Amino acid sequence: MQKRQNTFKIKQTIKLKNQPKIIGSYAIVGPKEGQGNFGPYFDYVMKNDHFGEKTFEKAERKMLESAVTGVIQNAHLQPKDIDLMIAGDLLNQIISSSYAARAFQFPFIGLYGACSTMAESLAIGAVLVDGGFYQNVVCCTGSHFSTAERQYRFPLELGNQRPPTSQWTVTGAGASVVSLEGEGPKITAVTFGKVVDWGVNDVNNMGGAMAPAARDTMLSHFRNTRTKPDDYDLIVTGDLGKLGSEILIDLMEDEGITLGTNYGDCGQMYFKREQETLCGASGAGCCATVFNSYIIQKINEGQYKKVLFLPTGALLSTTSTQQGDTIPCVCHAIVVEK
Amino acid sequence: MEDKKRNEAYNKYVSAKIPKTRPWPSLFNSFWVGGLICLIGQGINDIYLLIFPNISQQTGWSLTLITLIFIASFLTGIGVYDQIGKFAGGGSIVPITGFSNSITSPSIEFKSEGIIYGICVKMFTIAGPVIVFGVASSMVVGLIYWIISLF
Repeated sequence: MQKRQNTFKIKQTIKLKNQPKIIGSYAIVGPKEGQGNFGPYFDYVMKNDHFGEKTFEKAERKMLESAVTGVIQNAHLQPKDIDLMIAGDLLNQIISSSYAARAFQFPFIGLYGACSTMAESLAIGAVLVDGGFYQNVVCCTGSHFSTAERQYRFPLELGNQRPPTSQWTVTGAGASVVSLEGEGPKITAVTFGKVVDWGVNDVNNMGGAMAPAARDTMLSHFRNTRTKPDDYDLIVTGDLGKLGSEILIDLMEDEGITLGTNYGDCGQMYFKREQETLCGASGAGCCATVFNSYIIQKINEGQYKKVLFLPTGALLSTTSTQQGDTIPCVCHAIVVEK
Repeated sequence: MEDKKRNEAYNKYVSAKIPKTRPWPSLFNSFWVGGLICLIGQGINDIYLLIFPNISQQTGWSLTLITLIFIASFLTGIGVYDQIGKFAGGGSIVPITGFSNSITSPSIEFKSEGIIYGICVKMFTIAGPVIVFGVASSMVVGLIYWIISLF
């Protein structure tokens, strides 16, 4: 085992001296997602959204369970090798994660970072592994279109029209195993974001609400690590969507930072145009499935050497929305290197 | 204070950037689909009056409404009505078929929570306000009618 060094922190950013690796990743998605742009990269595409369960909530839970089972296999480990599971999802009281954790006898940390959960769990997992507190940590999150619609919006069969800024919640779950032993992309730095609220209260415009959070974390990250966009082969946000990512480019431009062709947004790239998802994909499963399939595979193949992954999350609830509150958002960043 | 200014400026910028829906195609689609639903309703009414010549106009209307509600409910159940709604918008929401859809869709959705707490409680989550305003406004109109009839 390599000698452990002291990890040091610059304000929001933690540089990980021991550089924990992502030794396994797994992504499972629904049929619509399987037909999207990242379709060929996913480990498993479900035949239907029910996944053999009676309710969509149970299906979401099962998705998370199979993601965890799958990732342990992909990392060539046994369930007994896992020391900790860090997971979160979008449902009230994060039931999908907790119920999925029930199926495994791992110590469990439940998170709520909305759509930023993948980066949040990886960041916490990486820090814990880097500090030598745990050997192998599973980080996992997911979302389901039908459960999210039902909790946040309208019944599926209601004949209404979606506003042009709305996004489509991804049915899918992604999981990674973080460890010091083994082969895989390294996590070299993490930046935990602040909660940012610039007064947007339109729940159908999540991209607009979340873009300032991405700006805030991105600026801190660049400042703290003394890097600029060109230092990364890929800078990828989670689910800002078409509108949100355009806003982010504008906001960064105002700060004198140009996001070029190496910037992309998982939500915007997720679906094909003919799939009619308006501003793109969203949900915790959106960036989780892209990160654990496409991005990890491309890093392993050597196409990307240094990736800045910073998904955003909208920390609202239906109650806060109904009471007219604005939408607070957060964004966590991790740097993954070959 | 500065935050407030920044938020105002940001919201203004965002609303300018939001993609706009094209009003004319949307209006046209809702117009012709809504009209078609009404035409079908009139057709059903005429057929009822033809089959049962002895029923009153009032009974004919009731039968027509029941039939329309059933058709919309059925189409919701087999997953067709939301497609119509996606295309037609207000055209399929405003007629009574839309009302039927707004009751059937949550009933299907919340079936998994059981009959009482699921179907019965959630049935009116969308249609509830319509019923409340319908009853309240009819009371107001009744009151006005009564006051007028005094003179």
